Amino acid sequence: MAGLATAFGSGAMTNSIAEIAGAETILVIGSNTTEAHPIVGLQVKKAVKKHGAKLIVADPRPIDLTRLADIWLPLKPGTNVALLNGMMKVIIEEGLEDQRFIAERTEGYEEFKKVIDALDLEETAQITGVSVSLIREAARMYAQAEKASILYAMGITQHSSGTGHVLSTANLAMLTGNVGKESAGVNPLRGQSNVQGACDMGCLPNVLPGYQKVSDAGVLSKFENKWNVPLSNKPGLTVTEMFHGALTGEVKGLYVMGENPMLSDPDLNKVKKALESLEFLVVQDIFLTETAKMADVVLPAVSFAEKEGTVTNTERRVQKMNKALESTGEGKEDWKIIKDLAGAMGYAMHYPAAENIFRELSGLTPIYNGITYERIDPHGIQWPCPSVHHPGTKYLHHRRFSKGLGKFSPVEYTPPAEIVDDEYPFILTTGRILFHFHTGSMSRRVFSLNEISPEGFLEMSAKDADYLGIESNEEVVVKSRRGKLKVKALVKKNFLAGTVFLPFHFHESPANILTNTALDPVAKIPELKVCAVKIEKIKK
Amino acid sequence: MDGKKIVLSINGKEITCGLNKTILDVVRENGIQIPTLCDCKNLAPFGACRLCLVEIEGIPKLITACSTIAVKGMKIRTESERIDKSRRFIVELLLSDHPFDCMFCEQAGTCPLQDLAYEYGMKNIRFPGEKRATITDDTNPFIERDNSKCILCGRCVRVCDEIQGVGAIGFIDRGFQTRIGTPFDRNLDCEFCGQCVASCPVGALTAKPSKQKGRIWQTRSVKTICPYCGCGCNLTLHVRDNKIISVTSDPDTLNEGYLCSKGRFGCDYVHHPDRLQYPLIKKDGQFIRSSWEQALTLVAMKFKEIKEQHGNDSLAGLSSAKCTNEENYLFQKFIRAVLGTNNVDHCARL
Repeated sequence: MAGLATAFGSGAMTNSIAEIAGAETILVIGSNTTEAHPIVGLQVKKAVKKHGAKLIVADPRPIDLTRLADIWLPLKPGTNVALLNGMMKVIIEEGLEDQRFIAERTEGYEEFKKVIDALDLEETAQITGVSVSLIREAARMYAQAEKASILYAMGITQHSSGTGHVLSTANLAMLTGNVGKESAGVNPLRGQSNVQGACDMGCLPNVLPGYQKVSDAGVLSKFENKWNVPLSNKPGLTVTEMFHGALTGEVKGLYVMGENPMLSDPDLNKVKKALESLEFLVVQDIFLTETAKMADVVLPAVSFAEKEGTVTNTERRVQKMNKALESTGEGKEDWKIIKDLAGAMGYAMHYPAAENIFRELSGLTPIYNGITYERIDPHGIQWPCPSVHHPGTKYLHHRRFSKGLGKFSPVEYTPPAEIVDDEYPFILTTGRILFHFHTGSMSRRVFSLNEISPEGFLEMSAKDADYLGIESNEEVVVKSRRGKLKVKALVKKNFLAGTVFLPFHFHESPANILTNTALDPVAKIPELKVCAVKIEKIKK
Repeated sequence: MDGKKIVLSINGKEITCGLNKTILDVVRENGIQIPTLCDCKNLAPFGACRLCLVEIEGIPKLITACSTIAVKGMKIRTESERIDKSRRFIVELLLSDHPFDCMFCEQAGTCPLQDLAYEYGMKNIRFPGEKRATITDDTNPFIERDNSKCILCGRCVRVCDEIQGVGAIGFIDRGFQTRIGTPFDRNLDCEFCGQCVASCPVGALTAKPSKQKGRIWQTRSVKTICPYCGCGCNLTLHVRDNKIISVTSDPDTLNEGYLCSKGRFGCDYVHHPDRLQYPLIKKDGQFIRSSWEQALTLVAMKFKEIKEQHGNDSLAGLSSAKCTNEENYLFQKFIRAVLGTNNVDHCARL
């Protein structure tokens, strides 16, 4: 998000989901779209099958979309920047860049070009494991399309140099003028029902609702007046920094609402120690999650079906959630719990219903200014929507970037924080699978989903399995410098040798016990997609 | 755009319409009903059920409206004795090989074949011959297939291929033996998106988790948004006795009515016995049931104590990407305005 905001002025998906079907070329990089975002996946399929779009898939794994792809670039995990830079080298060499777009709509091109000019494609091939001819072919396919769309997800961001990976996708789009028009753009796919909304609402340590900086005195006084209380202008800690702070004693009390860092965050042993070090932990959830078990106080919330409110999807569409069920226990809507707790601490909040909160937040959030409960029925409205007469925004940066000129950034490839060696010779990458979601606290409690997919697995290549004498379905031990787990091996024929994959949904084989907390210095995203592991056969 | 319009007549009435539309589209645009079974939004015309037959002046045979493009000057009739006779005959043939078990069928109430049989008053079928055997696939936890109810409209096969791009099922054999099945009649092994179940007009494909939980007229439907990934698919929850018994989606939404296995089958967790029922306070390593007042008083006291002893920045909060905008807004407001720190984040990075 920080990357796209630097380049374009907004960190959200530039286009709408339905526009994907209208793209001539689609580059899917670091996204297993059909499993993690199945309905976006349908649009990719529609583009290819119905409209004859070209599809380039850059992924270390032979994900489902590679079946439909014109080109599959099986790059080594963590080498997106090298690959994208290589593609841009070809585009500039062959004169396929959009000079007019670069001249009229962007800045920083010369600085950026220096990095590209200095590249050697042979070296790129060596780093990425993708041949020069494939990189060339992909570059031409992308650059020659009138409308090219990039889709990416955590395969781009969850790296210790993730901001650089994101900036590279933005560079590629600007280089070819593929942003600011229908069906062409850069589209980060958001992984949870309201992750876009949680960002929009300022659940981030450096910004208030609507991405208004806490360090901006004008912004701060606006909120101080509305909330009737002095506010801090010092940016706060990110998730991973909070856990670090708990270990150093800087953070003493933590309030967790509907999150399960004990499975979702990197280096679980460290997370556990951090939570144990806290003086006081409150967890508000609908289940006694791995994290809730460690709490001093657990507050029961209610599920999505028992509450009313709005959520914002990956295409910036604010939609209405409606209450379908009455709560059967003493659980309450999360907003009511927060309201009551604020009251108990001497800060009165007066909201008879969720809609009253929405009126307050839309008034304070310029991109939500024109959104009301009446207007979002039945199809939602896509922000930015600055006034009640504004229809919402289908795609961003038309004629002008949110920040004025689009900014090219020189990005050089840096290897992942942890690279393989003799002791830990495999690269582990992690992700989601179709039948489960995040830490599984919901999907693992659905009988049918859990029956079809009851346990974790380690995907590995037939070549590596042969070498280690491991057969499919055999239980193995996976170890990293931080932890170990037992899991069944799933041997795959066209899997990249030297790379293995674990889904992170399963508490029985928690992938994140192995992963690395190395952080991207700007976005503070941990490197969940690359760490070094070894695989051991269990002796009988 | 006038140049791209054509004039034709339907039931003697002159009508103007756009180019390259099927007769069925034009007829429906003009508010005229024609029964169909194999027609399905977003799928290519198939012409399998033959119910949409119409008369076109100058063409001796009846023509399928779904697979014929309307052209200039066409004189179309959607109702006549001949058409009515033909439609009744088709429905009768379908029923001659269909179990009369609407009282047990999950689809009762939303079944267009049931509606047609009712409308035509078709109690006595003149063709008592052989009926297809009930072949069911019962090996997966999501979808039940009963081929004896299948009318071979092909909607399931086509949605699986054209929309989902999976092609898990197809037509097997020919003639009376024709049935829908998997390659080599293996157990269904697919993405279990349930698009086939949603597109089946009759009770041949049904959602197993919803079995015997309630009929359409016994449920209340509530529109909401899927709680899983960030696509924001629109769900319609069908509720009976405060329980979600099935999930569907409207075609007129950003997800065009399509869902994945989680959206369609994954809402049951809401009723799981593990749901937290009351606040808990940990004492000597054990959780003890508490009242809201006790729990909130304790939390408020501890937060205040930490704030006073170690400063505002010794407190932090993690918000939730599964909660609403209103809740996220209020959470950060609480952390910033009440606890007095900007230490607020959520799992966007994870």
